Amino acid sequence: MIRVQDLSKHYGAKPVLDIDALDLPKGGVAAIIGPNGAGKSTLLSLISRLDTPSAGSVLLDGDDIRSLKSDALARRLAVLRQDNALTARLTVRDLVAFGRYPYSRGRLTATDQAKVDEALGLVGLDGFEDRFLDELSGGQRQRAFIALVLAQDTDYALFDEPLNSLDINHAVAVMRLLRRAADELGKTVVVVLHDLNFAARHADHVIAMQAGRVVHTGTVPEVIRAELLKPLYGMDINVSTIDGRLIVDVFG
Amino acid sequence: MSPEARTTRARQVSGASVLVGAALVVAFLTVGAVGDWSFVLSFRGDKLITIALVACAVPLSTVLFHTMSDNRILTPSIMGFDALFVLIQTAGVFLLGSARVAQFDPRLVFAAELGAMTLFSLALYRLLFTRIARSLELLLLVGVICGVLFRSLAGLLQRLIDPGEFLVLQDRVFASFSGASGTDQVWAAMLILGAGVWCRVRLPALDALMLGRNGAIAVGVDHRRLTFETFVVVTLLVAASTALVGPITFFGLLVANLAYRVLPGAPHRMIVPLAILFGFILLAGAQVVLERLLGFTGTVGMVVEFVGGILFILLLIGRR
Repeated sequence: MIRVQDLSKHYGAKPVLDIDALDLPKGGVAAIIGPNGAGKSTLLSLISRLDTPSAGSVLLDGDDIRSLKSDALARRLAVLRQDNALTARLTVRDLVAFGRYPYSRGRLTATDQAKVDEALGLVGLDGFEDRFLDELSGGQRQRAFIALVLAQDTDYALFDEPLNSLDINHAVAVMRLLRRAADELGKTVVVVLHDLNFAARHADHVIAMQAGRVVHTGTVPEVIRAELLKPLYGMDINVSTIDGRLIVDVFG
Repeated sequence: MSPEARTTRARQVSGASVLVGAALVVAFLTVGAVGDWSFVLSFRGDKLITIALVACAVPLSTVLFHTMSDNRILTPSIMGFDALFVLIQTAGVFLLGSARVAQFDPRLVFAAELGAMTLFSLALYRLLFTRIARSLELLLLVGVICGVLFRSLAGLLQRLIDPGEFLVLQDRVFASFSGASGTDQVWAAMLILGAGVWCRVRLPALDALMLGRNGAIAVGVDHRRLTFETFVVVTLLVAASTALVGPITFFGLLVANLAYRVLPGAPHRMIVPLAILFGFILLAGAQVVLERLLGFTGTVGMVVEFVGGILFILLLIGRR
């Protein structure tokens, strides 16, 4: 379980995040939703120590993340941010192999190679491993980065808007992939989502954020409700049930 | 590119480079030699050692600087490092006079220069990486402004100085492979060796920096510590090379980018040796051209920048 306690982040005097308490249960897929500037990415950055909090702490299965060595944490928690522009021209295999850095520090063993192959297979990029990333389509590139996270073989995997700039086909494929990572590999997946229908269909838990605070948490039917979502986004949102599935209509 | 293809290409290119480098060494030592061979060889061999040291220090420092800043256009010289060196030299001669400067223990002078440059770089580091944080444009701007400031100050002092003193100074602040003393060579070699050992230990972490700051932290690199260490090592390397031959760090940009182009995405253990080989070829080649074709009329920096500049433009045009 990821436990967030009194966590806050200020830029100058401006608070961007202020969370008294938040528990992300172990297992399953948790979706973080909310309007732009709600602090979703900041929360993910603080949990994965890409950014340092102004105050408060994050506990990973009871251990304060600040007390863990950086490679020890990287063996338990992986994160993928939105901005993945690389200066170096890496091949898919180069990239995914970095997922084994916390284990082997660059000297890949046979086990590491097997893990890399397995991750490539899971995202459906076997056969592409010697391609350069700039030779791939946006969807393949995103899957390569997800393979990097999977190769890291952590209990927790955090994704910041992994569906950005993907067409619907690839977006669905990526979301199913994350679902499989939770169901078949037993990972805890935390994902920031903008499209509420993806959250409604693929998540187990939903965390709704607004103005740096967590305003609602619960299962999908508990949070994906018109009366909660309308004030959250400040617009007209309808939630209906079709064939027993929640459909969010944001088009008024 | 498969790992095997990459290894094969690395072997081929470095093999060819070693051959070219060896041919240049022979040419440098023998072409146009008259008189006593033992004198010629020891005199030219001494220069060759300086060339080899600079060819290690500059490409290594440039590649490390690129990795640290996650940018392949920046060089330590853009950040004003060697301009500072010129300023220190100029200020020394201006304030104390060349006769007084010459009296000091050269080891002491070297240590003082090293200390001043390290202090400057640490101040810059604090400013850039803790306060201004991650804005690359700002980093560039601050560096360029520092460079211009140092150059202008040095230029002003050079105009005010006694013409005789200026001649002495000129020897120090224009790149040349002939002036280096034995003590400077030993110091520089020790610094380069130290940097090499540090590199050996940190290679995998440096590779992981190719993922960018966030990516590197995500796979468990202690990013803060690593960038700080890299910054210190780069400073020491630049100090070593500028103290040896003067400001000549531009060619590092060229050979580093050449190596990236030949082996895209390759780890540092492949890139660094290749960049060093290219650097050696460029420097030794430039020195041969200067001595044999131009008859010493000019500076080696001129030749390097002329040849290097053309190559760099070709590199940019040839980009897909």
